[in-house]
Amino acid sequence: MNRTTIDLWVGILVAAGLGALLFLALKVGNLASFSAAQTYEVKANFANIGGLKVRAAVKSAGVVVGRVSEIRFDTETYEAVVTMSLNAAYRFPRDTVAKILTSGLLGEQYIGLEAGGDTKMLKNGDRLKLTQSAVVLENLISQFLFNKAAEGKDSAK
Amino acid sequence: MPDSNIVEVENVWFGYDPERPVLRDVSVAIPRGKVVAIMGQSGCGKTTLLRIIGGVHMPTRGRAQVLGELTSELDQDGLYAMRRRMGMLFQFGALFTDMSVYDNVAFQMREHTGLPQDMIHDLVMLKLQAVGLRGAARLMPSELSGGMARRVALARAIALDPQLMLYDEPFTGLDPISFGVIARLVRTLNDALGTTSIVVSHDVQECLDIVDYLYFVADGQVVARGTPEEIRASQEPFVDQFVHGKPDGPVPFNYPAPEYGADLELTKT
Amino acid sequence: MASNALRGYFERLGNQVTSGVWQLGFAARFLAYMLLHSGTALRRFSLTIREIYFSGVLSLVIILVSGLFVGMVLGLQGYHTLERYGSSEALGVLVALSLVRELGPVVAGLLFASRAGSAITAEIGLMKATEQISAMEMMAVDPIARVVAPRFWGGVISMPLLAALFSAMGIFGGYLVGVKLIGVDDGAFWSQMQAAVDVREDIVNGVIKSFVFGIAVSWIAVFEGYDAAPTAEGVSRATTRTVVTSSLAILALDFVLTALMFTGGTAT
Repeated sequence: MNRTTIDLWVGILVAAGLGALLFLALKVGNLASFSAAQTYEVKANFANIGGLKVRAAVKSAGVVVGRVSEIRFDTETYEAVVTMSLNAAYRFPRDTVAKILTSGLLGEQYIGLEAGGDTKMLKNGDRLKLTQSAVVLENLISQFLFNKAAEGKDSAK
Repeated sequence: MPDSNIVEVENVWFGYDPERPVLRDVSVAIPRGKVVAIMGQSGCGKTTLLRIIGGVHMPTRGRAQVLGELTSELDQDGLYAMRRRMGMLFQFGALFTDMSVYDNVAFQMREHTGLPQDMIHDLVMLKLQAVGLRGAARLMPSELSGGMARRVALARAIALDPQLMLYDEPFTGLDPISFGVIARLVRTLNDALGTTSIVVSHDVQECLDIVDYLYFVADGQVVARGTPEEIRASQEPFVDQFVHGKPDGPVPFNYPAPEYGADLELTKT
Repeated sequence: MASNALRGYFERLGNQVTSGVWQLGFAARFLAYMLLHSGTALRRFSLTIREIYFSGVLSLVIILVSGLFVGMVLGLQGYHTLERYGSSEALGVLVALSLVRELGPVVAGLLFASRAGSAITAEIGLMKATEQISAMEMMAVDPIARVVAPRFWGGVISMPLLAALFSAMGIFGGYLVGVKLIGVDDGAFWSQMQAAVDVREDIVNGVIKSFVFGIAVSWIAVFEGYDAAPTAEGVSRATTRTVVTSSLAILALDFVLTALMFTGGTAT
């Protein structure tokens, strides 16, 4: 086994290994989509963020336009403060609504942005004024039961 | 006199287990330029003595002075510096099996000197020629016979022209021809290179032919010493038994055992 | 009588524990010494390259074939399970996440331990038994720097590469079975996978895992080889110990790393 054959095969191994890593990163993961984009930060307050996690997607019209970068709790207003990093290519008007939605019925939660009509655009560090909190399943069920009970009472009258 | 001793071992005690010393109050002196044999039975402590001289073990008591340094006072760098002036031939050669004969002999030159490749090439050829194996340079150790492997190991050991050569049972397991070859090489290399050699062995007849002085070790102590002539003429019972290969004498034939009759259950104990 | 036997049992147990702890300390000092003396392995990089060849390249076949089969089985089993919930299009997600997060590093690590780890242990142990290590010491060459360290670094460098290749091969295997054989939608397979697999959380964590496993396996392999009794039996026992200890270490470390990485520490 001479030196040059060994070197050749080691080179092949290293190249193949790095190639496999690259394949995993690009074709399997989501590196291609969001790495080098410029971003700007926008905050939003929510009464209840449900299961929203950091690095959850921020979508508008179903397209990913950013990521949740930070989630904090405001001890003065007792609300959740969510910071989003939005792709600088997408600018939104100042009266955009942020809603916490669920992908599918039981899937992961993400933030959906619905653009408003304001002519002025959001800048870095702005705060969204209109938000809709996450739908909590327990509240939904208790509300449904309450409605059902009210219906029952009405029809019994 | 002390100046011309390459190795001075004085009143050395040593044991792998402190309770059971392998060497007890051993003193040997190896003068410059001589070939000295340390002989004894298997397990008597002669290989341990060689290891102490090589700095592998430190004596529990006493001092070992090798090439002007006290082995117990050397740190690892000092020990390695001392070993660069020594060469050791191991019992079965201990060649590096993943390298060719050439690379084995060139090993020390490549590791310790900054010599260019063509100079190393010449030196390797020189050393291999001295042991008669210049033509085997490209072979791998697995392709060598026992005697050839031992000769290559010898060439490797003398690669940097050491001042002291240590031989650990160099004749073990060799056919008579290889035996004679190695024995002759030990003597001629010692004289040609001006080194000092210590041969640990139990092959008495060969040693008597090639060495200048002998030490006999039994039970961890030096029991006899002398020139080959003195040894051949010695009346000392252990030497006599050893040199002439007598089965019984100071070293008993029977391993300690209870009375024979009791073992055969003939007499009740 | 019984109390004597019991006492003897506890004494032996205590001995085993103390000797085990002592061994661990010795192994730790060995690692520290080797890391300090790794200069030679890194300066004379051809030594390390040779070891990358023997640990990494020669493990390629088993890694690639195993990866392919594991991926194919994942595709098969995954499909049949997902099919029941009507989520067969998530097959890509299932295969990719299983491989990248867990199976890639762990199975590649186990295979590496048994193929390359045992070879390293046997090689070093045999060098010790045939006095090659002592010979090197007597020639004033530090055997740990010259023989042990290159093998350690060779293993550490090979492991992440092999784990990545295992995962990639596995995903390909899952694709072969799921898309080509069974008929899951090609686009859905890849797009759902890309949406669900995050580079930083999944892939990088998987690489970190394989790196940690590489260190563990290589350390155990070189230590057991260097510490082996210089007899045929000693070497064979050391080789067995390498495979067993490495496998257990990989599985235990996997749990710890998974708990730290994928549950955000909430599992502990």
